[in-house]
Amino acid sequence: MSGIEINKKESLLAAANNMRWEIGENFHDTLMESIYADAAVIAKKSVLKKGKKEYTGWEQKLDKIVTSRIFGLPLMFVMLAVVFWLTIEGANVPSAMLASLLLDDVHPLLKEFSAYIGLAWWLDGVLIDGAYLAMAWVVSVMLPPMAIFFPMFTLLEDFGYLPRVAFNMDNLFKRAGAHGKQALTMSMGFGCNAAGVIATRIIDSPRERLIAIITNNFALCNGRWPTQILIASIFIGAAVPAHIAGVVSAGAVVGIAVFGIFLSLVVSWGLSKTVLKGEASTFSLELPPYRPPRILQTLYTSLIDRTIFVLWRALVFAVPAGIVIWLVGNVSFEGLSIAEIFVNWSDPFAIFIGLNGVIMLAYIIAIPANEIVIPTILMLTVMTAGIEGAGAGAGVMFELESASATQDILTAGGWTLLTGINLMIFSLLHNPCSTTLFTIYKETKSMKWTIVSALLPIVMGFVLCFFIAQVYRIIIG
Amino acid sequence: MSNLNSAHNCAVCPAHNPGNLKKLGINMESSDYVIALAGNPNTGKSTVFNALTGLRQHTGNWPGKTVTRAEGGYEFDNKKYKIIDLPGTYSLLSTSTDEEVARDFILFGQPDVTVIVVDASRLERNLNLVLQVLEITDRAVLCLNLIDEARRHNIEIDVRALSKELGIPVVPAAARQGEGIPELLKMINEVATGKFVCKPHRITAGSKKLNKSVEELSIKISELYPELPNSRWIALRLLEGDQRIIDAVKNGDLGTLRKQNTVSELPEAV
Repeated sequence: MSGIEINKKESLLAAANNMRWEIGENFHDTLMESIYADAAVIAKKSVLKKGKKEYTGWEQKLDKIVTSRIFGLPLMFVMLAVVFWLTIEGANVPSAMLASLLLDDVHPLLKEFSAYIGLAWWLDGVLIDGAYLAMAWVVSVMLPPMAIFFPMFTLLEDFGYLPRVAFNMDNLFKRAGAHGKQALTMSMGFGCNAAGVIATRIIDSPRERLIAIITNNFALCNGRWPTQILIASIFIGAAVPAHIAGVVSAGAVVGIAVFGIFLSLVVSWGLSKTVLKGEASTFSLELPPYRPPRILQTLYTSLIDRTIFVLWRALVFAVPAGIVIWLVGNVSFEGLSIAEIFVNWSDPFAIFIGLNGVIMLAYIIAIPANEIVIPTILMLTVMTAGIEGAGAGAGVMFELESASATQDILTAGGWTLLTGINLMIFSLLHNPCSTTLFTIYKETKSMKWTIVSALLPIVMGFVLCFFIAQVYRIIIG
Repeated sequence: MSNLNSAHNCAVCPAHNPGNLKKLGINMESSDYVIALAGNPNTGKSTVFNALTGLRQHTGNWPGKTVTRAEGGYEFDNKKYKIIDLPGTYSLLSTSTDEEVARDFILFGQPDVTVIVVDASRLERNLNLVLQVLEITDRAVLCLNLIDEARRHNIEIDVRALSKELGIPVVPAAARQGEGIPELLKMINEVATGKFVCKPHRITAGSKKLNKSVEELSIKISELYPELPNSRWIALRLLEGDQRIIDAVKNGDLGTLRKQNTVSELPEAV
C-alpha cells in the first residue's frame, strides 16, 4: 500500500472527525428523523386505501384477554396444562405398542441372528443388549409423547402466541433487572437450551445477555419434558385416585415448568444485584398479528424440526450410552461391577438429599444428552437392585409394557414418592447438557461463565433436594 | 399482480415456465449470483427463503427467530443463485449482534441483489429499514409480503408508485401461499443480470451543513475506493463515528471488497 494512499486515508478520517464536531451531537437523531420523514412521504404516495382497522375486532379482543394483567399468566398455565394432559393421556398406548414391537419381536430376532453367526458374547452384549436396546428404549418411550407435544406447541407458536407470552412476562424480567427480551429467549429454551442461548444474540447489552445465557437452563428443554412427564405420571399420578391422576400429573409438570420460570427470575435478580450489576434497558416488542396456523405444514415441520431432530440426537447419544451402561454393568473389580461400586459409594450422600446413587450415575452417563436419563436410570436400577424377572442379565435394557411396569421396577429398586419429586426437581436443576455448555462457551468465549452456568444449577439442585427431603421426612416420616 | 407484469412481456417471461425454477436446497457448489434476504422481524423472510430454496428452515410467528444467517440456493433460468436469510432487524444503525450480522453482510458481503421483505400491512414502519438498505446497496428488490393480510385489512398499495418512489422493483407476494414467488424470481433475475437498473431513493439529510459534509466525505471516499457503490453511506457512518467502518477504512477492508462470491470468507457473526 503506497504512502499516498495512507495519507489519503488519514486525511479522510481526520476530515470526518472534524465534521463530526461541526454538525453537532444530535446528528443521529436528525438522520433518523429524515428517514422517518422520507418513509412517511413515500407511504403516503403509495398506500391508496388505508384500512380503517389494522387491528381487527377479534384480534384486539383476544389480545385483551391473553395479555391481560389478571388473566394473562393463569391462562398461559392452563394452556400448558391442557397440552401436557393430552400428551400424558395420549402417549401411553402407542408407547406400549412400540415397546412390544422393538423389544418383544425384534430383540429376540437379533439375539438369534447373533447366535447363528456366532458373535462373541461380549460383542453380542455391547451391540445388542447395550446399543440396540438403548436405542429401542429411546424410540418407544420418547417418540409418542414428542409426536403429540411438539405439534401442539408448534401450532401455538405459528398462531402467534409466543410473543404474547413474552409480553406477559416482560415486566417481570425487567423488575428482576434483566432484559425484557429474555422472555423470548426463555421461550426458545423450552424447545432447546442451546437454541435459547444462541437466541440471546437479540439482546444488545452484554450484561443482560450474560444473565439470559446463565438462566436459560431453567427453561425445561425438549430432552427433559419426557422425564418430567413420565415421572409425574408414575409417582405423582399414582399418589392420587385414578380418575384425577392424569390431571394431577399434568399439573405437576406445569408446576415444575413454572417453578423453573420463577427460578430464572430469582437468579436473574440475584445476578443483576451482585456480580452483573446494572439497570435494565428498554425495548419495544411488536405483537405480530395472529395468523391462522397451517395445520399440515406445522405437522410436517414439527415432525422434522423437533420430533425427528430430538429423537435423532437421543439415538446418537443412546448408542454410546448403551455401550457404556453395558460396560459399567459388566466390567467388575473384586466381584462388584463398576456401576455397583459407584452406586454404593454415592448412595449415602444421594439418599441423604432424597435421591439415590443410580440417579447420580445416570446423570453422569447422560451428560451428552438429557434425553437418555430415564432409560439409563431404569436399566441401572434393574442391574443394581438385582430384580428378578425383569431384564435379561446385567446391563441389559429391558421391555416395559406400560408406565405401571416402570413403576414396579422403580418401587422394587427402593424408590418412593420423595425420589420421584426430587428427580423432577433435579431434572430441572442440574448442569446443562454438553451441547448447551459448548454453545455457552462459544457465545461468551469465557471459561469462567461457562463453569458458572454449569455449577450454579447443580448446586441449587442439591440444596433444594436436601430441603425437600428434610421436609418430606418430617411430614411423612 | 397485473400492475407489475404490464411493463414486461409475459409471453417470454421465464417466470411463467415453472420448469425454470429448480430448488437446490443447500446443495450449492458454486453460484452465479449471491442474494441477501433482509427485512424487519416477523415479515416472513424465512417463509420466502423456504419458498425459493425448498428448504424447511423453521419458521415461527414471532420476532427474532433467525439470529444467524441461513444459506440455501436455487437455479432459475440456467443461473445458480445462492441465497442468504439474514436476521430480521428494525434498523441498521444500532449495535446489537443480530443487526450487525445483517448490516455487515449487505455491506461487506456485497450481494448481487438484496431482497427486502416487508409486511404490506405495515408499510410505513417497514420503509425505515428499506431506506437504510437502499443507502448501502443499489441493487435491491422489494418483496411486498403478506399482501393477503393487507387485503384482508382493506389496505391497498399502488405497486407502481412505490416502485417509482424507491427506484427498485416491487413484487407483491403472499409467500405462505406461494403467491408472487414466480414474479419475485423474475425480478431478482432482472436486477442480477442488469436488465433492470435500479435508481434507489437516497435519504434527504436534514440540514444543509450535513448534506455538505456528506458530499465532501463521499468524494474523498470515492477517490480512495472508486469501485464502492455506497460511498454516501460510508460517509454517514464515518460522521457518526462507527468504529467498525473506521477500522475498515484503516486496514483497507473497504478497498478489497469489490466482489466476493464465497460467503465463507466473510467475517463470522461476533
